Amino acid sequence: MVRVDGNGNGTSLIRVRNLDKKYQRGSEEIHVLQGLNLDVEQGDFVAFMGPSGSGKTTLLNLLGGLDVPTSGSITVAGDEVTAMSAKKLTGWRARHVGFIFQMYNLIPVLTAFGNVELPLLLTRLSKAQRRKHVETVLDLVGLADRMHHYPRQLSGGQEQRVAIARAIVTDPTFLLADEPTGDLDRRSADEIMELIGRLVHEHGKTVLMVTHDPRAADRAHAVLHLDKGVLVESAGEAPRR
Amino acid sequence: MAIPLAYNVRSVRQRWTSSIVAVLGIAGTVGVFVAMLSMARGFKATLVASGSPGNVIVRRAGATSEMESVVDLAQVRVMESAPGVQHDDDGPLVSAEVVVVAAFPLRKTGTDANVQVRGVSPKALAVRDTFKITSGRFFEPGLAELVVGSNASRAYSGFEVGSSLRFGGAEWKVVGVFNAGGSAFDSELWCDANVLNQTYQRPQNIFQSMTAHLRSPDDFQRFKDAVTTDPRLAVQVDREVDYYEKQSRQLTLMITVLGTLVALVMGVGAVFGALNTMYSAVAERRREIATMRALGFGGAAVVLSFVVESLFIALVGGVIGCVAVLPINGLTTGTMNWQTFSHLAFAFRITPDLMVIGIVFALLMGLVGGVPPAIRAARRPVAAALREL
Repeated sequence: MVRVDGNGNGTSLIRVRNLDKKYQRGSEEIHVLQGLNLDVEQGDFVAFMGPSGSGKTTLLNLLGGLDVPTSGSITVAGDEVTAMSAKKLTGWRARHVGFIFQMYNLIPVLTAFGNVELPLLLTRLSKAQRRKHVETVLDLVGLADRMHHYPRQLSGGQEQRVAIARAIVTDPTFLLADEPTGDLDRRSADEIMELIGRLVHEHGKTVLMVTHDPRAADRAHAVLHLDKGVLVESAGEAPRR
Repeated sequence: MAIPLAYNVRSVRQRWTSSIVAVLGIAGTVGVFVAMLSMARGFKATLVASGSPGNVIVRRAGATSEMESVVDLAQVRVMESAPGVQHDDDGPLVSAEVVVVAAFPLRKTGTDANVQVRGVSPKALAVRDTFKITSGRFFEPGLAELVVGSNASRAYSGFEVGSSLRFGGAEWKVVGVFNAGGSAFDSELWCDANVLNQTYQRPQNIFQSMTAHLRSPDDFQRFKDAVTTDPRLAVQVDREVDYYEKQSRQLTLMITVLGTLVALVMGVGAVFGALNTMYSAVAERRREIATMRALGFGGAAVVLSFVVESLFIALVGGVIGCVAVLPINGLTTGTMNWQTFSHLAFAFRITPDLMVIGIVFALLMGLVGGVPPAIRAARRPVAAALREL
């Protein structure tokens, strides 16, 4: 059950309390997040919506340990992320977070295989084990036959599927998706959302997604709107599929 | 585990237009550096080759070179019977020698350059075993005949076998060309010492140096002790090898220092080239770097990755620089030997260790040019860089 009132019970996978984030832009101070609360349980699929500049991506970056809040805390599976040093945070990201970006962010000079293998280089897996993992996830996203293609040889939808494979190959605690369909045509977008839906429902992944696309948001268990620096539940929560 | 090397190698290849600036800068610097050092090496090698380990050269005590030394016949006779001197059927293997400098026109420019003319004893051939007559014959004792060193015969006009030369007020006939194994002697003219003394109206039986062939290089100390403690003699004794090595020192040092200075100045330019290439690589790949940081690669891995990339570029540049100057290996050039004031021909010598030095120099430039951009890459905030397109 996703909650935004700060009264979640102790079973939450992700627990955010009184999260504040201020930016200094020139002489102007921008207060993006203002005492934001969030509780997400294992297997939840949450969509964050809101106008540009409302702080969706900032929230995602904070959840992923890419940025540090001005105050407040984020706890994931019992670890307080906001208390970690930068070095510890780097290691934590490698183990617990899978990132999916709007622009895919594949490394252009590496093949699909090389891109997906990248996060596994940070593990103790042997070369053979890495190969097996990569082949498994590329098969899962339906690109086993494109393993040795470079990103420029793939369509946008295929690139995003490689990026998803890269995000799940280490079996992270949760996935963060920043506008995963933002750069795709309708059909590719549907395919990607289908894939993310399968990861949630068939593989029990926890997904937090920022999107502008209501059709994408429809697939989430909960759609939360960022409004004046806090999250509010959208009227009529989407049904759990 | 580090960011895979393939990432850097392929990135360099993909951005080859930018990489080539750094590669060429480093290649040029390494090329000049290696060429200059090979010149110093060649010069030194030529002089050192002139000495044979079994030979000793005796000069007046305190004389730094043959030019300012005097050894008379009486002294030569004393030393001939010193312990350690090799004898053959005709007696001891020693050559009392005189040197003068004469000017002859260079083939290439037509301008005069100094040639060292060495008057030797007829035994000189036996004393220096590397010495070979390649055309014509050796001079006849007592006649105004010359044999010409192989480098001198190439460098000067009019040194052909059969031709006549005029110097020191006499007419000389060139009767042969000799090869002395690429040593300094190859730049000399040889003739009979007594004839040379007469021609230059120098007193007979006065020489400038004496070279003796020892039974074995190990006899050096015995010979030296005997000669330097003899009250009739006031001489200094050197192994021939050491004598020529000493002669080469000043110019070798000068070329090395000069070459290093030139290379350093060029190196500064090459480092800026590398910096520029690497800074632009880092700027172009902001998002890739941020993505890798997001995936969990640490700052150290990013620094290492970009330093390795810079080193890779430097290595390519270094190898190209070394290979580019390889054709000058063995090429003969000449310079003034300041110890004898005469022209000395020598060959550029590019040795494997010299190429290693060149590559190390290249890597050093790569390191200096790679570290600051690599640190910048690692320091960029990940969240901001991810949003940049």
